[in-house]
Amino acid sequence: MELKSRRKERLDRGINVRTTGIYAVSSWREIAYLVLPRLILIVGLLILPLVLPSMYWQRVICITCIFALLALAFDFLAAYVGIICLGGALFVGVGGYIAGVSNALLGLPPALTIPIATLGGALICTLLLLPCLPLRGIYFAIISLMYPLVLPRIIEALDLFGGTEGIAALTTFPNIWVDQYLIIVVVLIALFALRRLANEDMGLVLHGIKDNDQAVRASGMSITWYKAQAVFIGALIGCFAGAYLSHLYGWVGISLFGLDFSILPIAAFVLGGPGTLVGPVLGAFILTPLSEVLRAFGPLRIVFYALILVGFIVFKPEGLMNYFQRKYHQFEHWIEV
Amino acid sequence: MNILIYGIVNSVVFALIAVGFTLVYGVSRLPNFAHGGLYILTGFITWVFFNSLGLNYALAILLSLIVTALLGAVIYQFILIRVRGMEASEIIASFAIGLAIMEGLRWGGFAGRTYTIPVFIDRVVHIFGVPIDFQRLIIIAGGLAVVAFLWLFTHYTKVGLALRAIAQDERAAMMLGIDSDQTAIISLALGSALAGLAAVAILPLGSITVETGYNVLVYAIAVCIIGGLGSWPGAVMGAFVLGFAQILTVHFVGPQWQMVVVFLAIIIVLIVRPSGLFGKQKELEERV
Repeated sequence: MELKSRRKERLDRGINVRTTGIYAVSSWREIAYLVLPRLILIVGLLILPLVLPSMYWQRVICITCIFALLALAFDFLAAYVGIICLGGALFVGVGGYIAGVSNALLGLPPALTIPIATLGGALICTLLLLPCLPLRGIYFAIISLMYPLVLPRIIEALDLFGGTEGIAALTTFPNIWVDQYLIIVVVLIALFALRRLANEDMGLVLHGIKDNDQAVRASGMSITWYKAQAVFIGALIGCFAGAYLSHLYGWVGISLFGLDFSILPIAAFVLGGPGTLVGPVLGAFILTPLSEVLRAFGPLRIVFYALILVGFIVFKPEGLMNYFQRKYHQFEHWIEV
Repeated sequence: MNILIYGIVNSVVFALIAVGFTLVYGVSRLPNFAHGGLYILTGFITWVFFNSLGLNYALAILLSLIVTALLGAVIYQFILIRVRGMEASEIIASFAIGLAIMEGLRWGGFAGRTYTIPVFIDRVVHIFGVPIDFQRLIIIAGGLAVVAFLWLFTHYTKVGLALRAIAQDERAAMMLGIDSDQTAIISLALGSALAGLAAVAILPLGSITVETGYNVLVYAIAVCIIGGLGSWPGAVMGAFVLGFAQILTVHFVGPQWQMVVVFLAIIIVLIVRPSGLFGKQKELEERV
C-alpha cells in the first residue's frame, strides 16, 4: 500500500542566516531586514497618538498600554522563568495604592510618587510572593490568584485608605500628550530591556530554572534568589502600570484589584504569542480596543477573553507573533513524503 | 460547645468542597481551576430544573449532578486533553473555563439574592443545647457518606483501583493496560460531580452568587495545599484544620478575617512544610 502524504518544509531565508552573525551590517538590504520590523513598531507606537481621531481613543491608548505592560510582565515570567502569575491585579493594586496614598496623604507630586510606587510596590509584591518561590508547580499560580481576592477584603474590613470608596482627587497629568507619551515610552523601554535581559547571563539562568531547576541548583545557584529577582522585575512593570493608572484617573479604589487586570494580559499573551515579548504587546493592542467596543456587554467581555484564551491555547498555541516571525524568516512549501 | 459543633460543620463543608479538587489532582495531576465554576454552575442548574422546569427536587439534584459530571468529561475530552502535561497551559485553560462559566452566569444575571435552592428539611434541632438546623446535619452526613463512598470505591471496584493505580505510578499502570486518558476523564467527571454535590448540599444555606464560586476555588485549593496536594486523607485533615481555624477566628476576632486566616494558613504551611501535612511528594522534588 502506498501512503502518500505531504508535509511543510521550512527553510531559513538566506538573508536571515547572514544577518544572525556579525556580517549583518554588510549591506543596506540586510540592515533594513533587521531594523525594519523594530522601526515599524517604534515609529508606529510613537505616531499612534497623533493619528487618533478623538480624545476618547487617546484615552483608550493609555489603557491599552497599561495592559500591554502587564502582558509583557506576564510573558517574561511565564515564558522565560516558568512562573505563572494569575494575579496581575496584585501588582496594579499595590502600585496604585502606594501612589495614591503618597500623593493624597503625603502630598508628593506624581514625579515622585510613581518611582516610589514602582520600586516600593515591586519590593512589597516580591516579599508577599516570596513563600511560594522555592516551590515548583502550581503553587505560585494559586497564591498569586489569591492575593487580589484577599487584599480588597482586608482593605474593606479595616477601612484602610478610604475603604470601599477609595481615595479620590489625586493629581492627574498636565495634559493628554503627557499621558500618552509617558506610557508609550515606558512600554518601549520595558520591551527592549526585557529582551536584552533575556539574552544576558541572568536570562540564561532564568531559562535554566524554567527548563531544569535541579541542574541550576546543582550548579550552586540559589533558585529562590533568581526567581525573586525575576518576580521583582515583573512586579516593577506591573506596579508602574498601577501607579500610572491611579494618576491617569486621579482615583484609587479596590477595583484596582479587579479581575480584568489579571485575565486580559493572559489573553493578550496567548493571542499574541508566548515567549516573543512583542507578541503580548500586539495582543494587548488587539484585545483592549476590542473590549472597549464591547463595553456595553459588561461581564460578557471576560467570558469573551476566556473563550479566546481557550481557543488559542488549544488550537493555535504558537499565537500570532510566532506565526508572523516564521513567515518573515522562512520559506515554506509543501513536499511529498 | 458552640465552637465545637459549628467547627465540625464548617470542616465538613471544606472537606466536601476540596475532595473533588484533590481527586482530580491526585489522579491526573490536573489542577482543575474550573472547580469553583462547576460548583456554582451545579447550583444554578439545580435551580433551573427545580424552579423553571418544575421537577421533583431529588430528581432535579440527580439530573444536575449528571449534567455536571458530563460537563467535566467534556472539558477533559475536548480541551484539557490537548494541553495535558504542559503545566502553564493546563492552569490557564482550566482557569479560563472556570472564568467563562462564572462570568457568563454573572452576565446572564443568573446569580444573586433571588436565586436560592431550598433546604431539604426545614427544621432545627438542639444538640447539647446548641440549636442547629437540619441542613447542616445533612451536610455532615453527606460529607461522611462521600468519604466512605470514595474509600469503598477506590478500594473495591475495578475503576476505583485503576484510578489509584494511575495516581501511584502512571507508567506502571499503563503497562498493565490501564488507559491514562480514560481514568483522567473518569476522575474529572467524578471530581465535577463531587463539586456539584458539595454545591447542592451547601448552597441551600445561602444564595447562589458568583463570588461564592471564587471563594470555593480558593478554599478548595487552600485545603489541598494544607493537607498536601493530591492526598485524600490530607484533604480531610486540612479541612478540619482550616474549618476550626476559621470558626475560632470568627468567634474570637471577627467575621471579616475569615479569608485572611485561610491565607495565613497557606503561607505558614508553605514556609514550614511545603508538601503539606500528608504530602506524598518527595521533599526534594517539590522544594527545588
